[in-house]
Amino acid sequence: MGLELFNTLILSLLVVVAVLSLWVRDLVVSAVIFAIYSFLMCLLWAEMGAVDVAFTEATVGAGVSTVVLIATIFNLKRKAKD
Amino acid sequence: MKRAAFILVLLIGLLLAWAAKDFPTWGDPHAPASSSPVSSHFISNTGVDTEVPNMVTAVLADYRGFDTMFETVVVFIAGLAVISILRGGPTRRTRDREFVVDFEPDLIVTNTVRLIVPVIQIFAFYVLAHGHVSPGGGFQGGVAMGASFILIALSWDLKTALTRFPIERCFTVAAVGIVIYAGIGLLSMALGGEFLDYAHLAKVLPVSPEMARYHAMLGVEIGVGFTVSAIMFALYASLSTDGRMQDGL
Repeated sequence: MGLELFNTLILSLLVVVAVLSLWVRDLVVSAVIFAIYSFLMCLLWAEMGAVDVAFTEATVGAGVSTVVLIATIFNLKRKAKD
Repeated sequence: MKRAAFILVLLIGLLLAWAAKDFPTWGDPHAPASSSPVSSHFISNTGVDTEVPNMVTAVLADYRGFDTMFETVVVFIAGLAVISILRGGPTRRTRDREFVVDFEPDLIVTNTVRLIVPVIQIFAFYVLAHGHVSPGGGFQGGVAMGASFILIALSWDLKTALTRFPIERCFTVAAVGIVIYAGIGLLSMALGGEFLDYAHLAKVLPVSPEMARYHAMLGVEIGVGFTVSAIMFALYASLSTDGRMQDGL
């Protein structure tokens, strides 16, 4: 029961966060929301027992790729045009 | 146009949601992944063949070693491609950036980073070296190692990080990582086995063939860690400066 609730919570948060990251105009905010998405995925992997995958998601997905995205955004215009 | 795209995305989303109900439920013993003979072979033989408790690492670095080797090569080539494409471009210093970052490193930030960077690096070594016993391994440890240098670059500036890990050394370290991986493979070939057949390393190591596979996996993971950490830092250095490798964010 508790696990079911946890899964439902995380999966619905995933959808919200995914839509939100496309919704916002500011690309830095979008990148940070992507990091949140990765952390939620990481939680989900860890809960399923795939700890190796969760670890990779936390380091690569939430850590380095966010930094790389932000490093790229700082060399662009910050706001999306449309 | 926007509305059409929205409807298209909605339709494909519904299609995926509809298809998702055919997936086996979580933990289903009759799921194709659980019932295939390959999985049961690995589950029953990993401990016997290799003495490695973490089955994921054993599959990744030993049974599927060839695959992981070329995954590392892909990381290497991707890093080289990004850096050489950005470096070749014209130097467009004049383009207006929306951000003007002040270059004075913050006292609180730098001192915090000074404290936590050694911890991150030791943790990275632990993840790398303990990868075949607990979750972790070359990729995760390498990324944590690269991230510690990125943290230095973020809190001081890129120049400080590049004095500790020059970009030329990044390429050397990345190449050395692949040479370590391929070298272990070639060594086992020279000792009479096939490429990456670590059990034959027992002829030069004073251990049983099973333990030879255990130790060779560690060697291979170290190679992966070298390449990944160097490429991660080089990627950041290149992307944050538009390929100029100076000033930084």
